[in-house]
Amino acid sequence: MMNNSEFILAIVFQLTQLLLVVLAAPLLTGWVNQCQAWLQNRSGAGMLQPYRVLHKLFHKDAVIAHNASWLFRITPYIVFGCMWLAAAIIPIIAVDLPFSGVADVIALVGVFALARMFIALAAMDIGTSFGTLGARREMLVSFLAEPALLMVLFTASMISHSTQLPRIVEALAHHQFALYPSLAFAALAFVIVLLAENARIPVDNPSTHLELTMIHEAMILEYSARHLALIEWASSLKLFAYISIGIALFLPHGIAEVGNWAGLPLAIVLLLLKLLAAGAGLAVLEVVTAKMRIFRAPEFLGTAFLLAVLGLLIHFLLGT
Amino acid sequence: MTGMLPLQGIGAAITLWIALGLMGLLFRHSAKLVAHLLFPVGALASLVLAVIGLWSLDASPQMVVLPLGLPDLPLHLRLDSLSSFFLILLGGASFGVSLFGSGYFRHMESKTLGLLCLEYHLFLTGMTLVLLADDAYMFMVAWETMALSSYFLVTTDHHVPDIRKAGFLYLLIAHVGAIAILLGFGVMQGGHGIGAYTFDAMREAHLSPFWASAAFLLALFGFGAKAGALPLHVWLPEAHPAAPSPVSALMSGVMLKTAIYGILRVTFDLLHTQIWWWGVLTLALGLMTAIFGVMFAAVQGDMKRLLAYSSIENIGLLLVGIGLTIIFHVYGKGALAALSLTATLYHSLNHAMFKSLLFIGTGSILHATGQRNMGRLGGLIHQMPWTSVLMLVGVLAIAGVPPLNGFVSEWLLLQAFLLSPGLPDSYVNMLVPVAAAAIALAAALAAYVMVKFYGVIFLGQRREQVLEHAHDAGHWERAGMAWLALTCVALGLAPVFVVQHIDYVSHLLIGTQLGNAAADWMFLAPVDTERASYSPLYFLLAVSGVMLLIVLLVRHLYHGRLRRGPAWDCGFPAQNARMQDTAEGFGQPIRRIFEPFFKIESEMPTPFDTHPKYHGRSDDRLWFMLYLPISRLTERLSGWASLLQHGRIHLYLTYTFVTLVILLIFV
Amino acid sequence: MTIPLSLQFINLLAALLLLIAFAMLAQRRILSLINLFAWQGAVLALSTFVVAYTTSQHHLYYSAALTLLLKVMVLPWLLHRLIHRLNVRWDVETLLNIPTTMLAGLALVIFAFNLAAPISQLAQGITRGLIGIALASVMLSLLMMLTRRKAVSQVVAFLSLENGLFFAATSATQGMPLVVELGIALDVLVATFIFGIFFFQIRETFESLDITHMEKLKDD
Repeated sequence: MMNNSEFILAIVFQLTQLLLVVLAAPLLTGWVNQCQAWLQNRSGAGMLQPYRVLHKLFHKDAVIAHNASWLFRITPYIVFGCMWLAAAIIPIIAVDLPFSGVADVIALVGVFALARMFIALAAMDIGTSFGTLGARREMLVSFLAEPALLMVLFTASMISHSTQLPRIVEALAHHQFALYPSLAFAALAFVIVLLAENARIPVDNPSTHLELTMIHEAMILEYSARHLALIEWASSLKLFAYISIGIALFLPHGIAEVGNWAGLPLAIVLLLLKLLAAGAGLAVLEVVTAKMRIFRAPEFLGTAFLLAVLGLLIHFLLGT
Repeated sequence: MTGMLPLQGIGAAITLWIALGLMGLLFRHSAKLVAHLLFPVGALASLVLAVIGLWSLDASPQMVVLPLGLPDLPLHLRLDSLSSFFLILLGGASFGVSLFGSGYFRHMESKTLGLLCLEYHLFLTGMTLVLLADDAYMFMVAWETMALSSYFLVTTDHHVPDIRKAGFLYLLIAHVGAIAILLGFGVMQGGHGIGAYTFDAMREAHLSPFWASAAFLLALFGFGAKAGALPLHVWLPEAHPAAPSPVSALMSGVMLKTAIYGILRVTFDLLHTQIWWWGVLTLALGLMTAIFGVMFAAVQGDMKRLLAYSSIENIGLLLVGIGLTIIFHVYGKGALAALSLTATLYHSLNHAMFKSLLFIGTGSILHATGQRNMGRLGGLIHQMPWTSVLMLVGVLAIAGVPPLNGFVSEWLLLQAFLLSPGLPDSYVNMLVPVAAAAIALAAALAAYVMVKFYGVIFLGQRREQVLEHAHDAGHWERAGMAWLALTCVALGLAPVFVVQHIDYVSHLLIGTQLGNAAADWMFLAPVDTERASYSPLYFLLAVSGVMLLIVLLVRHLYHGRLRRGPAWDCGFPAQNARMQDTAEGFGQPIRRIFEPFFKIESEMPTPFDTHPKYHGRSDDRLWFMLYLPISRLTERLSGWASLLQHGRIHLYLTYTFVTLVILLIFV
Repeated sequence: MTIPLSLQFINLLAALLLLIAFAMLAQRRILSLINLFAWQGAVLALSTFVVAYTTSQHHLYYSAALTLLLKVMVLPWLLHRLIHRLNVRWDVETLLNIPTTMLAGLALVIFAFNLAAPISQLAQGITRGLIGIALASVMLSLLMMLTRRKAVSQVVAFLSLENGLFFAATSATQGMPLVVELGIALDVLVATFIFGIFFFQIRETFESLDITHMEKLKDD
């Protein structure tokens, strides 16, 4: 078992990551937006724009609808808390995170589900046509995306014989180099899930305000000021968490081992590079694809789900 | 004789229930007395049962032979870990439901209430005796008591033709199932004559694989009919809306579990051997039932029908758990069998709690608004703050999100799938990931259903003006709901405690147990902390800590100013309650995606209608493809049989005479 | 326990082959279908090359080059030209909806693997999944032929079926004699030409490439 100093070290790692993710998440969103701007031949608002937006929103007076209930008011805090926790337990810099024993991959999917249910319920709380539309579509997208994500994570769990994220990453990163065909399927499915769950093109459009195309935006239409700021921040955290999961499962190499101080700087630099690449990739993907009709989305996600199941099957069949 | 104490305690509780029922009949002129005195006392008896169950979970089986029954056929009772576990379930759920009933029934017409009090407590007695029965005779008597009393409870409002019809359907399927169970017992006693009707004799009987399979199939069919497994599920969505809400809660929360108890008892206790394809069959049946149930739940407009379909889904999940247990057990994977059995039992307990909670919650809504149709509700969170908070707990629990109880059992079940290493049969081996995917899909759809359920009923604008006068549930009702909500939270937060207690049952049934690998009771780690762990309490602490921190930080760094204004809604000026999704609208995507499974009838208005009216319904294809042909066939057969009927005495005497002659010839 | 890296790589390529077969099954657009076919050819060429390198069988290099030339360049180019000439750049119409087709495909994969299990036991020097994957992609191509309405996509399905067979031949049994491979390659090329001629004939007769029209050929 761990001795005391190792445990303290692990706690330090954990707290560092906790702070790091919450501060860095908007930067990632800013980076994706900036890449998109470049690709679309615009100069863009700069990578720091999300921070400015958050700062502005926090300063404003919150306005909520007359018939908003307590559920509407606590939802931003719950969503933010869930996303923060989720982003904090995914090993991206170092594998020993004491918090990650609290929730394994199945619980991680559960945390996302909890946040989603609250935000969908809050969207229905005011009783506007857009709110319910958004809630309905969000649940429609997620009922296929969630099992797909679970299957992707299962494939990784099968390979590493554990549902604990640090153990999965350890198995994938530190053991001898191996190619896993099943992970190829899982990776493809995961990309689709990432796009869908983070309200990205082709499933949703993060910058739209057209009624026919909104999903996530329709749900949060009634929020303003600090509530909106928290939700936006939570969205950034969610994107960060998803990209972290992607990195942890498919590109874990270079992560610092247990109690390895020296590996830390390299791990951080590598992580930065991976995040930059992933963000740029996401931007490219969004720029080259077109938004789908809403009823194509279930088909798209159904494909992801089946691919993930296939990945799991391939693992069973090839035995690797 | 301390060993006999638990059984005596149960006997006392049962006697108390029967006495309460008779007193209800006696005092049928005073509804207040019946509701406020008899029901709370009955609730206490339930609690006593739960405590006895908890106490005797780890005790060795205790048996008693009652001096009742037919000559030479005494009744046997037995209390072992399995019975104790289900007693906890029964006691815990019915405690909350009876408390709720104390308030809920007070407005009822006093004569009906007196009768209902008797039937209600007989129903509880019947279910308890089913769990304790140790011979086929006792079991069937208890089973029938349960079926008949619940039939009368369902048809409490027997003036309504639809309710009579629903009750009839329920009674019919219950009896078809009962016959199968009886035949199953007949097979299991293995032709050893009349003395072999006790369960002990059945445990001794060594059946050939063929007869064992026959017994298993009969039991699966019979208990499946009671549980609502496909395709015998049709009575659930009819009977549950018809019954008074506390009765629906008991039927869905507890009675369906007696069927699960029955399957477990027959498969793992009475039959000495299991065969792998039993597991595959149960697993496949469970998967179909689960997906079917949740799909239909998503398109329902009646809140109690929705919950009934959701119960079908959960029964499906339980069957999947049982199927997995059989498969693992047969292939000698003891730890995995224990894991999936634990998940099954855990989920039974969870479902009893949250489904009872949701059903009695719909009772409160029904009282407050007189509406079961979700399309006429909405915005009740403002009028019914207590009910809405407690129902939110139930909704989150059934949707399977952490840190509540529904998630724990789902987690355990998925772990069982994940840990399954190579089984010897390659087809079975490959069934495992596919089944895991289907389970994940069903769970995600359950969240969809529950967002719809809660959102349409409690959130948004009021769809009808009268809802303004809706009142919150009374004290008794609140107490009942609060108890069940608390158990949901407790079962969610202390999984290690529950799993350790379920271990006694696993040990009894399959000879292995799960235990907890983590040194810390805060962490649930069924196999190994390196493999998987989950700590709901730390999770709750972390999320609420973060929330508190954020609230304080935002207040401190910025401000907490808040203004109220009209809803923004993208600047659309005209907003009314009819612009929200109805229940039907919310379920529309599911109806569209899974279109081939529904029989959809809808009338679309044309754009030129001045009074546009939309009408749509989605029916169960099975009803039309399976049940109607059977009923037509039955009608035709009985039509032929009725040719014999003439009403003339001479003719009937002739029939008798001819029968006698024929019999004499053959003998 | 440890599998040599080259074999792992072939495994990965096999999985990619299957993945592309699934992608073709799910694809609605005929242009993307042809591009996917070209990718499948590339994967095939690469896997043949890896097999050639690891087993140092020189004739497999030729066969890899041939695959690259024929299936990545010539056939896709021909098909592109064909659909350009026929002006059939429409969406592929499927008889079954896509998720159902994919579900059927999933079942077929399970079936194929179980079918291949005893054969794989006999084969030497390879991981047991390869024959299963090859068989599965053949079956998926057959499924694609069943579920498509337009003749062009059926031809693509046919060609991808041949890819599956070829993969089984090279990776699992380490290649056929070069003469046989040359013969097959020629066959495929000729078949594509003949199909092309057929398309023009079909279109002239029915003014459409929808093969459901061929029901009219039956005597009434």
